[in-house]
Amino acid sequence: MLDFPRWKQAWYWLLTLIAVVAAMPSLFALNNVRWPDVLPAPMVNLGLDLAGGSHILLEADTAQVARQRLETMEESVRARMRLADPVIRISDISTKDGRLSFLVEDPTKVDAAREQLLPLTSGAGLTGQRDWDIQVQDGTRFVLTPTQAGIDLAVTQAMETATEVVRKRIDALGTREPTIIRSGDQRIVVQVPGLKDPQALKSLLGQTAKLEFKLVDTTASPTDIAQGIAPPGSQIVPYADPGKSGVPAIAVKRLGGIKGDQLTNAQQSYQQQNNEPVVSITFDSQGGAKFAKLTSENVNRPFAIILDGKVLSAPNINEPILGGNAQISGGFTVESANQLAIALRSGALPVDLKVVEERSVGPDLGADSIRKGMIAMLVGTIALMTFIIITYGRFGIYACIALVINVLMILGVMAIINTTLTLPGIAGFVLTIGAAVDANVLINERIREERARGRRVVQALEMGYKEASRAIFDANITNVIAATLMFVFGSGPIRGFAVVLMIGIVTSVFTAVTLTRMWVANWVRKARPAELEI
Amino acid sequence: MKLLKLVPDNTNIRFLRWRVPFYAISLLLMAASITLVFTRGLNLGVDFIGGQMIRVTFEKSANAPVAELRETVGNLGYGEPTIQTFGKPNQVSIRLKLPEGSEKDPGLAEAMATKITQTIKATHADARIDGVDSVSGKVSGELFRTGMQALLAAMVAISIYIWVRFEWQFGVGALFSLLHDVTLTLGMFALTQMEFDLNIVAALLTLIGYSLNDTIVVYDRIRENMKKFRRMPIPELLDLSVNETLSRTLVTSLSMLITLLALLLFGPEVIFGFTAAITLGIFVGTYSSVYMAAPILIWLKVTPKSFIPVETEMDRQEKLAREQG
Repeated sequence: MLDFPRWKQAWYWLLTLIAVVAAMPSLFALNNVRWPDVLPAPMVNLGLDLAGGSHILLEADTAQVARQRLETMEESVRARMRLADPVIRISDISTKDGRLSFLVEDPTKVDAAREQLLPLTSGAGLTGQRDWDIQVQDGTRFVLTPTQAGIDLAVTQAMETATEVVRKRIDALGTREPTIIRSGDQRIVVQVPGLKDPQALKSLLGQTAKLEFKLVDTTASPTDIAQGIAPPGSQIVPYADPGKSGVPAIAVKRLGGIKGDQLTNAQQSYQQQNNEPVVSITFDSQGGAKFAKLTSENVNRPFAIILDGKVLSAPNINEPILGGNAQISGGFTVESANQLAIALRSGALPVDLKVVEERSVGPDLGADSIRKGMIAMLVGTIALMTFIIITYGRFGIYACIALVINVLMILGVMAIINTTLTLPGIAGFVLTIGAAVDANVLINERIREERARGRRVVQALEMGYKEASRAIFDANITNVIAATLMFVFGSGPIRGFAVVLMIGIVTSVFTAVTLTRMWVANWVRKARPAELEI
Repeated sequence: MKLLKLVPDNTNIRFLRWRVPFYAISLLLMAASITLVFTRGLNLGVDFIGGQMIRVTFEKSANAPVAELRETVGNLGYGEPTIQTFGKPNQVSIRLKLPEGSEKDPGLAEAMATKITQTIKATHADARIDGVDSVSGKVSGELFRTGMQALLAAMVAISIYIWVRFEWQFGVGALFSLLHDVTLTLGMFALTQMEFDLNIVAALLTLIGYSLNDTIVVYDRIRENMKKFRRMPIPELLDLSVNETLSRTLVTSLSMLITLLALLLFGPEVIFGFTAAITLGIFVGTYSSVYMAAPILIWLKVTPKSFIPVETEMDRQEKLAREQG
């Protein structure tokens, strides 16, 4: 018991010193005191609930990925059959039930058609699995069914692209240190600290920004459109703002349009005639060529500018647009034009994202929580210390010093491993203070008991530490189990609580058992007490 | 200086004499809690049921216009909001649960939150949005499931640990007293209709940990005494162990209560429910480690023999073979 070699004591003090020093920058920051910039500063991160900020969980509509894939496949099949030499005529194309089926009109060309389909349907992955299964029914009907592996791959790719797009858009907002992580198969977690207006972020992330230019089908009669009947090869697309356009929807040709994904730039600007906010876009060379072709071939016909499945406007093509520059108008405000420009610059989302969970905390509420948490901690600690000192005297004072070191050590360890302090984490601190003292209570009660049984001072101290250690160990293990499960199953703020508990369990054993034992040993060696006041 | 002693030395309170009536009362309370949870139900928060909670401060008003808000938000057509002030009189939280049958629309919760915040900002110039929690039906279902899984997993894992470290009877006793603590706390939430959200699940996990602290201290002393006093009748031995650890139990519980009280009185309002649940749990947990965890050992017929290495059939045969051989 009394045997505490110098080197051991030195080690314990060094360990304590490191952790306490590491806690200082965070402690300063929590109390709004500036830490001198010249000194190194390991710092705990403040969780969103303390620093203010937004946690947003986005979910992708994965069924949409499959639908789009089917559409692309239809276009590719049409193009390949048309470009085949000799041409393979196909008809009765349908995309029902998630499958693509069509008839090859000339039965002798079935093998040639299959030949054309093979490169379209073989997998892109390394496993050699096919992306689509090809079946031929009744001799001439082809049915292409997407394989699960193919769909999974497409979803994964779409999610990767989506995460990238989300990152670009958030960067464009100029926020600091955003966290963007994919979560599970179809979700993305976005965390942005210190955000003033989460609304702008959410509407930016919720915008798919899929821009399309399609020719208007002028043959469709207004009554048919009103009833939702489109001429063959066309589709009905609603207006984004029916009040302004005067009609609820128009018919556009399904194929032969171009997509707005080949842009090099997009900028908010003003239309010269009426000063209305518009978005100016610049195509890349390939997109520009396509756009030039489309506009040259359709002069004096209207074409629709469609954003996320809604028509923004349907202007007339007055002359071919050859430079690769165009303006999109559609009743924008400066903000919405600006937002669309950001969205277009960062690229369209390959799949719609919906906000399925949001946790936003304003900076004022967060600061209030920190202040109140610190006050509660201070009051709790002082009250507890008073109680412990009047109960255990000298041993209580040791326990209290251990307590203060414990709190600083937890903060220091958190700063060193750079983890996050959340609001439940502050509660975790307060609780850890209460629980850490339990170890000292166990030890001190045991020493009292052993003295009451008539053991000599040194022996009683020894027994106290030895016998109490077993229960302390078991109790801490169960708390570690509870904290681990909280960490595994819990979400952000709760995880912060679990982290504090786990670190606190380790540090409290060190401070409440090891350090106090060292102090008691030193005291006994020097003072040689004949009686213990405990 | 005279030191404080909460419990005099060598107490000999016969706690376990009242074990049958206390058990009866506890079982009744547990049954009542379960009934309450199923009939009255828990007031599930947005975390678990979906919807949103928006916190607003009206910076230039002394009091938040609660009645007015109830009308403007109610008129949006999403249902009747629950509006409460929290902290200062000009701070309110506005809760609105997802309408029935809206699981199919994952974006609804978000759309509601957006609409409500915009409406409040438009009608009240001094409104400052302090926080928005919006959870869709699908996510809330997942949060509820994982929360319950965590609770169950914690109870089972801890009991298994006790079983391994002690004896199976102790594992069962620990599990039972944990069930008791969790059930009574849930019952209290059903009774008071305090909001039950993710934080409360964390509080339950915490109280499981601390209630077990107490149980382990008592169990550890029982084990020690069983090795020491081989012939003492079990009820007497349990009483002795509880008495010996009584001072520690009280000092520790009081320490926890002091810090928790500080949190309740001075801490952030946002975690009031969380702290309240743990405070309640400290009372229930302290009681259960004395009156639930200990007496069950009598009925499960724990004996000092449990801690003496048992001679197995194989050992006996080996010994026999050696003697003959």
